[in-house]
Amino acid sequence: MSKEWPLWEIFIRGQHGLSHRHVGSLHAPDAEMALKNARDVYTRRNEGMSIWVVESAKITAFDPDTAEQNFAAPKSKVYRHPSFFEIPDDVGAM
Amino acid sequence: MYAQLVETGAAETSEKDREFQEKIDRGVRIEANDWMPEGYRKTLIRQISQHAHSEIVGQLPEGNWITRAPSLQRKAILLAKVQDEAGHGLYLYCAAETLGISRDEMTAQLLSGKAKYSSIFNYPTLTWADIGAVGWLVDGAAIMNQVPLQRCSYGPYSRAMIRVCKEESFHQRQGFDIMRQLCQGTDDQKAMAQDALNRWWWPSLMMFGPSDKDSVHSEQSMKWGIKQNTNDELRQKFVDQTVPQAEWLGLTVPDPDLAWNEAKGGYDFGEPDWSEFYEVLKGNGPCNRDRLAARNKAWDDGAWYRDGLIAHAEKQQTIAAE
Repeated sequence: MSKEWPLWEIFIRGQHGLSHRHVGSLHAPDAEMALKNARDVYTRRNEGMSIWVVESAKITAFDPDTAEQNFAAPKSKVYRHPSFFEIPDDVGAM
Repeated sequence: MYAQLVETGAAETSEKDREFQEKIDRGVRIEANDWMPEGYRKTLIRQISQHAHSEIVGQLPEGNWITRAPSLQRKAILLAKVQDEAGHGLYLYCAAETLGISRDEMTAQLLSGKAKYSSIFNYPTLTWADIGAVGWLVDGAAIMNQVPLQRCSYGPYSRAMIRVCKEESFHQRQGFDIMRQLCQGTDDQKAMAQDALNRWWWPSLMMFGPSDKDSVHSEQSMKWGIKQNTNDELRQKFVDQTVPQAEWLGLTVPDPDLAWNEAKGGYDFGEPDWSEFYEVLKGNGPCNRDRLAARNKAWDDGAWYRDGLIAHAEKQQTIAAE
């Protein structure tokens, strides 16, 4: 069997003002074909106005087993949220 | 359904397995890199790839009528629908690949006949009314199965299903629309619609898989949150939804045992011929050989194209590097 085309991750901007969002992946020989295939596979009903493609192998992620230690620190820092501070009603809007 | 008789193997009972089961029970979605029992991984690979193969092979019976659609508009609609099926196959192959099987491995399994696809696509589309019946009944049955799969415990599969379900409703409606036009046409056209219903009714009921009492893998799949409803529950729902639609069309469902059961609030209906179902799964349906031959031809004929594009991509990379 011939060589398999590499896998690409597809990100689409749905409309003006929104960020690109991951929608799925597909195989393509190169970036240009990945864009064309992404248009045909993921925007058949006007779902997008801009597409990014990234080779899947180039994405780095944390190991999910380490999620607890990676994301634990902010849990104890509740003061980062404005609701932590009590403002007396008579101070007015803040 | 689009995945029938998916094997699950037996569940292990290690500490990790117990933690995994707790996660499922809490409704936490499992993602590609999370730890999962081998049985869960293998079951999903079987189910998702079988589902993907069904979408791809499902293009064949409908593709049969693209060149002979009765009007330019019907042709454009059918083309769009068949293109959707290709898209659904691609979403699903990608979801399966996150579990560690390659696209080429899955393709090889389909082409060699090792992998299954839904029994329904081994029946022929003899008349234009069959395109109506396929959309109305087969896609109708597919929706029944796919809606609960949007809540499947495996994230990539559930997200692919959300996308598929958004698009599937067009498929069923276009099928019903074909049937409606035929039923409101001449006597011959109506007879053609009735003939299509006669031939597609029982195979559509078989899509849900064998009865719960004979469905050995259902229990484990439900425990793992891969499957949400039993085969019989979904089949009952399908019959209850479809019979009034057939009545609206003025067509007769070809089942002498069909009767409304006031007590259960649903229809009683006859048993499909399960020996036929098992024969079709074994490869002895009316079109099994044709379907596999068509997929093999498409793969072989496309080899020069796949190789050409990868050669071009590699050459461009070399030039860029110099």
